[in-house]
Amino acid sequence: MHALIQGVILGILTGGVYALMASGQTLIFGIMKVINLAQGAMVILGAYLAYQLFTSFGIDPFLAIPITTVVMFWLGVAVQVVFLRPLRSEDRSELSLLITFAVALLLEGIMSVTWNTTHRSINTSYANGSWTVLGYQITLVRLWAFVLSLGALGLLFLLLNRTKFGRAVRATVQNPDSARLLGVEAQRVSALGFGLGAATAAAAGSVYGLLYPFNSGSHYDLISRLLSIVVLGGIGSVGGAMIAAVIVSTSSAIVASTVSPAWSEMTFFVILILVLLIRPQGLFGTVGRGSI
Amino acid sequence: MKSLVRGPVFFGLLIVLPLFGLQHWVLNMLVFVLMFAVMSSAWNLVGGLAGYPSLGHAAFFGIGAYALGSLFKGQTVSSGYEPFLWLPVVGLIGALIGWPIAVISMRTRADVFAIVTITFLFVVQTLAFNLHGITGGAQGLALPIPPFPAATFEQPYYYVLVLLLSVAMGLTFGAARSKVGLALSAVRADEDKARGIGVPTTGVKVLAFSVSVGLTAMVGGVWAYYQSFIYPQFAVDPLITIAIVLMTFLGGRATLWGPILGAGILETGQQYLAYELGGSQFYLIAYAMIFLLIMLFLPRGILPTLVERLRRRRSSAAPAPAPRMETAA
Repeated sequence: MHALIQGVILGILTGGVYALMASGQTLIFGIMKVINLAQGAMVILGAYLAYQLFTSFGIDPFLAIPITTVVMFWLGVAVQVVFLRPLRSEDRSELSLLITFAVALLLEGIMSVTWNTTHRSINTSYANGSWTVLGYQITLVRLWAFVLSLGALGLLFLLLNRTKFGRAVRATVQNPDSARLLGVEAQRVSALGFGLGAATAAAAGSVYGLLYPFNSGSHYDLISRLLSIVVLGGIGSVGGAMIAAVIVSTSSAIVASTVSPAWSEMTFFVILILVLLIRPQGLFGTVGRGSI
Repeated sequence: MKSLVRGPVFFGLLIVLPLFGLQHWVLNMLVFVLMFAVMSSAWNLVGGLAGYPSLGHAAFFGIGAYALGSLFKGQTVSSGYEPFLWLPVVGLIGALIGWPIAVISMRTRADVFAIVTITFLFVVQTLAFNLHGITGGAQGLALPIPPFPAATFEQPYYYVLVLLLSVAMGLTFGAARSKVGLALSAVRADEDKARGIGVPTTGVKVLAFSVSVGLTAMVGGVWAYYQSFIYPQFAVDPLITIAIVLMTFLGGRATLWGPILGAGILETGQQYLAYELGGSQFYLIAYAMIFLLIMLFLPRGILPTLVERLRRRRSSAAPAPAPRMETAA
């Protein structure tokens, strides 16, 4: 019972970080119908940037987030403009999948040339601090990561619901043709949306780097997890992704603490298969066009 | 009609090629080119003909390798040909694992299919490291040492792969001329309409996927026996998926010869890059860049682009037929 509750606590705290990563991915899908297989690699790049800022300039990873998100935002915009925009519409969904996979490998190659492949971790002074509440251990850094992720998701929510850009994004997700007729520049929204997805990856990357050791190949572990979360939440639904992230990471933390860590890697695949069998559109997805 | 001539000539050349006393490194390269030609051709059955891009084929390569490894664990071979005779079983194992995955993941859209296949790839990768009982974990798994003489060591693998290539290409050739192939291209063009007029879309998709991954598993088996030792990081490698997809796209997907052309160009290029760049990570960058450039500038592949250019030249050289049609009307 103790292991179970400890698993739930860990899962919820970690779920916040995954929610942040997945929200960017599902946003990109919602706007462009592109499954971004490079989201994991962008998270790891964000982690490396935070690592570099910490080791070279002593900037705390949490404080580095405004810097890394801006850098990664423009990187995301560049990826959309250079690689995705030229695709012809008839084979866009198929080719974009392969292109984002190639971008993931490109980023992996660049990261392993720049930082080689030894595992890095960001060791701040508070990295090992923890509280014990009613016999359950809560590491400080995880708690901060959770709070920060919620904060970033809150900002994303405000951006989508309270700004003109957000309204254009939501209109594009609901009906791209009507949005275009009403004067929404689809390509501009797509580029900014991809940038926004990359920015959430950067923010999540800072936190990821604090929580786990990583190297350039770590994005392989992330991508299948993220995809399972996105499918469970309903592809294109940001709210769904948040809830799905908590469900997936809680169940894999429970499996890790009660069965074995090796099988926790299987948990999200089992969840993915179950979702497809029972509710293929995901928890909050709609069969046709969705809303965020 | 032309491919009925081209095919036998191509395979005739492949059969006599090793008899010219090629050097070992050339034959070794040809074995790898053939492996990727078979896998690209097999991928093309589902990724090209049906338009369902699988990102999980590398998992089935690994499954085939470990299947053959498990069948011959701790055994010795006398003639050395026994593992080849078990390849159909390896293929069947791959197809049987692929079948339920196809049934579940092909119910919805190609997006979800790609997600499930790539997730499956990473799950199999994790399992390859963790299921020590079957795979030996990171320490690897030994296969029986093949007793072939050093002078002609590559030849048995070479000919088995030529046979597999003929199967894969024969299936592609046959599919283009049968109801199954017609159903597959209907799925690619407009799946909902195809289902609406009574095409058994689910059946043909699942069939194409199972056959495709079965062939891929058999190549994995040949590879495992050729290496006679399996490490999980090489058996289940996402780069294999990328290579297969890239080769098919480069040559021209949904064509008979495209995947073979792509494999010929890229695998030799890859061996050269690995040699020049010393297997460093620059190699990954070069590979990804080539991929991106092809997707951007040659998205339909070499063969379809060439064929269209030839056709255009011919039609512009011939006297314009349009006026005659007008007088006829």
